[in-house]
Amino acid sequence: MSLDVAALRAQFPILSKTVDGKPLVYLDNAATTQKPQAVIDALVDFYTGTNANVHRGAHHLSDEATRRYENARTSVAKFINATVREEVIWTAGTTEAINIVANGVGQLLSEGDEVMVTELEHHANLVTWQQACRRAGATLNIVPIFDSGELDVDAFDRLLSENTKMVAFPHVSNALGTVNPIKLLTQKAKAVGAWVLVDGAQGIAHGGVDVQDIGCDFYAFSGHKLFGPTGIGCLWGKKDVLETWPVWQVGGEMIKDVTYHEATWGALPNRLEAGTPNIAGAIGMGAAVDWFSGLDVKALHEHEQKLLAYATQQAEALEGMRIIGTAPNKVGVLSFALDGAHPADIGFILDRQGVAIRTGDNCAQPLMKRLGVPGTARASFSIYNTLEEVDSLFAALKKAKMMLA
Amino acid sequence: MQLPSSDEIIDDLAFFDDWEQRYQYIIDLGKSIPGLPEDAKTPERLVKGCQSSVWLVESYDGSKINFDVDSDAVIVQGLLALVLAAYNNKTPSDILAFDIDGYFEALDLERHITPTRGNGLRAIVGKIQELAKANA
Repeated sequence: MSLDVAALRAQFPILSKTVDGKPLVYLDNAATTQKPQAVIDALVDFYTGTNANVHRGAHHLSDEATRRYENARTSVAKFINATVREEVIWTAGTTEAINIVANGVGQLLSEGDEVMVTELEHHANLVTWQQACRRAGATLNIVPIFDSGELDVDAFDRLLSENTKMVAFPHVSNALGTVNPIKLLTQKAKAVGAWVLVDGAQGIAHGGVDVQDIGCDFYAFSGHKLFGPTGIGCLWGKKDVLETWPVWQVGGEMIKDVTYHEATWGALPNRLEAGTPNIAGAIGMGAAVDWFSGLDVKALHEHEQKLLAYATQQAEALEGMRIIGTAPNKVGVLSFALDGAHPADIGFILDRQGVAIRTGDNCAQPLMKRLGVPGTARASFSIYNTLEEVDSLFAALKKAKMMLA
Repeated sequence: MQLPSSDEIIDDLAFFDDWEQRYQYIIDLGKSIPGLPEDAKTPERLVKGCQSSVWLVESYDGSKINFDVDSDAVIVQGLLALVLAAYNNKTPSDILAFDIDGYFEALDLERHITPTRGNGLRAIVGKIQELAKANA
């Protein structure tokens, strides 16, 4: 079945916006995706008719809010094939999810222990481990990549040892679009007994994530990159790991018994969710997951690959344009440099033509340094983008090239 | 080359009716200012935005402050030239009295100077105002 992109686009009110009189061409989807009406409606409905605090009220609204909030958790659990819904911990986003795990690692590790990440990391999956290692006195090892942006799996093997206690890597690179062989990497890391965290910030929106099949201990992702609201995300973890994991924030909701001088912790998922949660955000994320689950993932994947192939073909034909990130297995991300043009300048001129892209270090400064570029311009495609929009991108780029020559 | 004054720039930019000509003018203006020699681009002088880097060097002769700037992006360099037209070789009190937001609004470029833009322009303006305050 092929995808009806026009019908899909019609569900996203923002996509009919104009910028400086030109139709918006939104190609910054790796930064955040736009929201379908179903998600906007869920947020408005919640505040219009259901708003109350969860898990504590002795009244109708609180019961209703709690029901919707917990249903959202069930939706997310099903979406990633969690074993039980208690494995889904609400967080502010991917960054907080990784911080919960890194905080625990900082307490559980000691000198001589090793943590492994890759050269592909964005700051959220690097600074967290770097700082955890400093606290624990542990060593941080960085798995290199090839110039194509593909992970060097042999080097991954060489760096793994019985001292490796934690391995974290991205499902998909935000800057280059590389899809990592996460199941293979997980198997290798589990073989030495390490905990494995997959940073799913960029992986989740492409569908088909099955945490049990991957075999990892943790999978972290954000709602806003999955057509949901900002400020909400999820840490999925294996039940037996999360049950004993060092608590993150402490306070209300996460406790069992409290005296003035002592406290005991509640059961999952509450023990890792202190305070009043982002109720509307969770309900919005649940709505996003429900909406996305109604789509044909295979057709979405094919459409995204078609956009990437078409853009790649045009990029290769444009003189002076160099694609940064040429791994064989990529999502719809086209990072590039244009001879003689700074990415920021490209961004300015594209913006004036209604084309929204990301420019700069892509929140991955060490990776930019590794690739020998000050930054890149990055077009990232989502399911609602069209081949015509790819044409608009290249028309705008040709103008930028002319003006900046 | 002598930079036009801020008022002249407002007049010049108002004359163009399409954005390409306006941006070309800004790029050319950026190319008309001298920039900085490589060895002057030290980390202490770097004002980092996440999209582009800008460097600022100042000298104060007791009455006026002279600024030299450079950027690795040509449009940012042009925007910096607009900032210099307003601030260069002015007394600290003139600098502090100048309405930079009003100026960028008059140029119809206010979106480039919002604090959320990662181009370092707002940071440069902040630094210039700080230097003026210190010497006022």
